[in-house]
Amino acid sequence: MIPHPEITEVNRAYWEGLAEGRLQFQRCSACDTAWLPPRAACPACLAPEPGWAVSSGQGRLVSWVVYRQAYADHLKERLPYNVAIVELDEGPRLLTNIIDSAEGEGFAVGARVSLALEEEEGLWLARFRLADREASS
Amino acid sequence: MRGRAVIAGVGHTRYGKHPGRERIDLIVEAARNAVADAGIEKDSLDGVLVKMANSAPSILYGQKVAEALGLRPRVGGALDQGGAANIALISYAAMAIEAGLMEMALICYGDTPRSGSRAVYHRPRGDDAVYGWYATAAGYAMIHQAYKQRYTPPDTHFGAVAVQTRANGLENPAGHLRQALSMEAYLESRLLIDPLRRDDCCLVSDGGAAVIVTSAERARALGLTQAVPILGFGQGQESWDVHLRPDLTHTMAEVSADTAYRMAGVGPEDIDVAQLYDCFTVTVLQTMEDYGLAPRGQAGAFALAEGIGPEGALPLNTSGGLLSESGTPGLQLVIEGTRQMRGDARLQVRDPKTCIVSNQGGSMHTHATLILGQPT
Repeated sequence: MIPHPEITEVNRAYWEGLAEGRLQFQRCSACDTAWLPPRAACPACLAPEPGWAVSSGQGRLVSWVVYRQAYADHLKERLPYNVAIVELDEGPRLLTNIIDSAEGEGFAVGARVSLALEEEEGLWLARFRLADREASS
Repeated sequence: MRGRAVIAGVGHTRYGKHPGRERIDLIVEAARNAVADAGIEKDSLDGVLVKMANSAPSILYGQKVAEALGLRPRVGGALDQGGAANIALISYAAMAIEAGLMEMALICYGDTPRSGSRAVYHRPRGDDAVYGWYATAAGYAMIHQAYKQRYTPPDTHFGAVAVQTRANGLENPAGHLRQALSMEAYLESRLLIDPLRRDDCCLVSDGGAAVIVTSAERARALGLTQAVPILGFGQGQESWDVHLRPDLTHTMAEVSADTAYRMAGVGPEDIDVAQLYDCFTVTVLQTMEDYGLAPRGQAGAFALAEGIGPEGALPLNTSGGLLSESGTPGLQLVIEGTRQMRGDARLQVRDPKTCIVSNQGGSMHTHATLILGQPT
């Protein structure tokens, strides 16, 4: 079992958006700062009630790791797997997996990635794939 | 604040495994040793400041520790900043003593993650655990990767830190892992969270440690001739979690060190020996660079070329650090720095005038710096 996130009033729209095929991020209506993960207020100007915007799903790779040891039972069969930091073109960053490249083949800082939504145990996840891989496949 | 406060005594338990021992018992043993080392009466302690146990945070913990020590302190409590808390507490003690809130404080830590639960170090990391984001080491693997991609150092740059600290720890009778490591063995060691190798990662150790802080004036009045002056201290906090941090290869350790250098009236060129928080090898390289002890991207090259052993250009982690002496978070580095300044360290550096000590916590979220001088 993957550890499902606790759905709260703050993050509900994020997870529901993924299930409906949209990767959303928050944007402050007062100062225009954009961010993830979801928060109740803008971390730049502290204004409440941020709005939601839909990401283009395009971004770039910032850093990544490849797990060769499992820290929970359900992860054993997934080994090796990567976890990567992606910065969306709109600015917000998130932790994710890059699919079709478990051990980081072809990864580089700044490499272009695009959204590849995947469903796992009833939960939709915002995974990505290398953009050049998408073009060649 | 330069020289206004001193470290009057230090104490610790053996590090490694203490099955069946309670955390607070380890603190009491360390405190008993620190009191004996300082040559003071236990009841002259009127401050008890405790770093929260990583493996079991709890409410009113500082008061439980004071009770076990049989003390009714004027100032007491527990702080959580992850691994930066010990030096932070030493600096708060120095300021509270200066302000007249207390006269002599015990700063202490004890934990049993080795014999007890190390779950805290393997834990799922919030909602991102759905992507398999687990374990403290993963944040450092991200930083290690970013450092590698930015500066393209050979792996021996990281290995230089592991090999030297393990050699130092070999000489430490209280140390947890007393086993030499060759560069070849380092390079062949198993990848845990790539690019982190097993030998890039610190130990998980049981143990307790304590230091006693008082004013220079009181130390003189008590005839404590081995009291080590605190020349400077500072802090800096990153706040943003690893993946949200604008630059993974540059941390608020720089601000922490600059604050301490300014207070002490010294700079990186004056540092004769350093005890840098080596939870992971990249942390040491990064801290050397943030502290101005090596140029950006070149800490490992410096270590290999100039030497970080006791006879090297910058002796580092002379008792073995977190990689070899003990994985306990940070106070052992202060203790070794104090011994180097007193001249009674096991691997004693020749007549060092100034020692810098770093503590840091989270995934390089929190930073605290201490600069020590020779007893006068």
